[in-house]
Amino acid sequence: MTAEPLVQVEGLRKYFPLRRSLWRRPGGGDYLRAVDGVSFEIPRGSSLGIAGESGCGKTTLARLLVRLLTPSAGRIRFDGVDLHALAGPRLLAFRRRAQMMFQNPYEAINPRFTIGRALLEPLVIHRIGTPGDRMDRVLAALDQVHLSPAEAFVDAFPHQLSGGQLQRVGLARALMVDPVFLVADEPVSMLDVSIRAGVLNLMKEIARTRRLTTVYISHDLALVRYVCDATMIMYLGTVAEIGPTPEVLARAKHPYTQLLLAAAPVPDPGHRAPEIPETELVPTPIGPARGCPFVDRCPHAMAVCRAAAPPLAAVGRGHYAACHLYA
Amino acid sequence: MRSGSLEALPRPRAAGAAAWRRALGALGSVLRHDPFAAAGICIYAVFVLVALLAPWIAPYDPQQTIVRGDDLMASRPPGREFLLGTTNVGRDIFSQLVYGARPALTVGFAAAFCVTLLGTVVGIVAGYSGGWIDALLMRLADVAFGIPFLPLVIVLVAFLGPSLWNIVLTMALLLWKDTARVVRAQVLVLRERGFVESARVLGASPVRVMLVHIAPNVLPVALLYGSLAVGWAILTEASVSFLGFGDATQISWGFMLQDAYVSQALSSGAYNWFVPPGICIMLVVMAGYFISRGYEELLFPRLRRQ
Repeated sequence: MTAEPLVQVEGLRKYFPLRRSLWRRPGGGDYLRAVDGVSFEIPRGSSLGIAGESGCGKTTLARLLVRLLTPSAGRIRFDGVDLHALAGPRLLAFRRRAQMMFQNPYEAINPRFTIGRALLEPLVIHRIGTPGDRMDRVLAALDQVHLSPAEAFVDAFPHQLSGGQLQRVGLARALMVDPVFLVADEPVSMLDVSIRAGVLNLMKEIARTRRLTTVYISHDLALVRYVCDATMIMYLGTVAEIGPTPEVLARAKHPYTQLLLAAAPVPDPGHRAPEIPETELVPTPIGPARGCPFVDRCPHAMAVCRAAAPPLAAVGRGHYAACHLYA
Repeated sequence: MRSGSLEALPRPRAAGAAAWRRALGALGSVLRHDPFAAAGICIYAVFVLVALLAPWIAPYDPQQTIVRGDDLMASRPPGREFLLGTTNVGRDIFSQLVYGARPALTVGFAAAFCVTLLGTVVGIVAGYSGGWIDALLMRLADVAFGIPFLPLVIVLVAFLGPSLWNIVLTMALLLWKDTARVVRAQVLVLRERGFVESARVLGASPVRVMLVHIAPNVLPVALLYGSLAVGWAILTEASVSFLGFGDATQISWGFMLQDAYVSQALSSGAYNWFVPPGICIMLVVMAGYFISRGYEELLFPRLRRQ
């Protein structure tokens, strides 16, 4: 195994046009900057957690990583190859190596397919196995995600299963093609709290035994702390802070990360959360970017913050923060 | 019926049969609770039987002018010999009525099939592709919406020649727009749903996504519009025939009405001639709407309580 990271992201941008009018030239119009210049790497076999509030571009980034979206600018290199130069059989080969789990388990399985049919689909698409042994593979996959007896689930329809069971089916389907890279977009946020740990432990165990490289998208820092080697905090389409999970969460440098950590509930009734400065200014990813995206909510805002966007600066071993305090 | 327990799951292998039984059960319950849909299905069943068994049911050849000895049996009143009487040239009206079910149902089902197929394909392609393909197809639909329906059917039938299949063709060319619009709207919703995205991540080609993952999910709505098109098509065929642009070699209800009209049957009070075909057209079209309505309630159960 080479030391080269499995995924290398360089200056990735995704802008969504807000209005496409006949009279307005594209490029001159308004854009929503969902992902705005993001660079990072994911080493082989490691797990990266991407956290941030709603609308910060986490899900867009996840969709870019599995090529559900085409970037507006920048590059994703997967195993050294530019992802968006792929086409035809090479794209199909990538599809076999990179898989995704979706946030809403009730939507992720075709309602007209039985569970068995849904799990057969990847085998049919990639012509894996023979028609005779495919059902055995499906049963084995169901066993692997602890849906047993597998025979009882094969002919069930998605609406007969619970959210946790469906999310396990989603995981099993992603594993059917034996991928090396798995992107999980909020894999447990729609599940009952009581069954989240079960699904997460399963994902963690499978990622370890199969040596998967994984990305977890979440707004929940506790989840990231529990499963991820590295953590990336996003704010308004940019990287606020990135580094090894214990570093980022224990020694948060970026004011936004500190704010996020302070906002997380603590299971102690005596605990009093520190006052968080409230702001009426809800930042928007629409319109021209200037300065630090966090400046309007930042307790340490300085003049320089409005003038220039802060670069990622090293604040520890492998730990970077995009803040003028450390530049 | 969302249940996490295994007891709620069907036994393996029997699930296919169970799904059929469930579908039939749902159909049965709709029929029991919706007498209109049940009536519609009965009406259709009777007319389909009549159309299939026409040669055995009809006592005479519908085109034959009946002569007894030297007497032309013209304009006979209804009676034992001629159930609904005869036309002014001595044709048996009841036999014409029985044979008239054939073109009505042929046109109705053929046109509905073509409309559903064309509309579904256009709707799925437009909705899933987006971009200029979508824009092009939907502008075509706008054009189809802007064209007055019956006049164009008449022009096209006059141009292509009067035959049942030309009527079917022109209706397919004009009626696909409604199905396409509704299917496209559904596809726009489906396209963003997780299972379609997951199919893309799994590497399914666009054709496979449309055919395997999207089409089965829009089929119920497409069929609803198809069932509405049956009534439309029968009514249109009758209109075109009544206006004299129909296939003159084939007896249809519209043709019978036209024949009665130009033969002054209305002013001479020959109700036995023009009322029965009118009632038949009305019954079949009504039955189509009743069935569509019942089917719609099956698709959208919330309608049932309103």
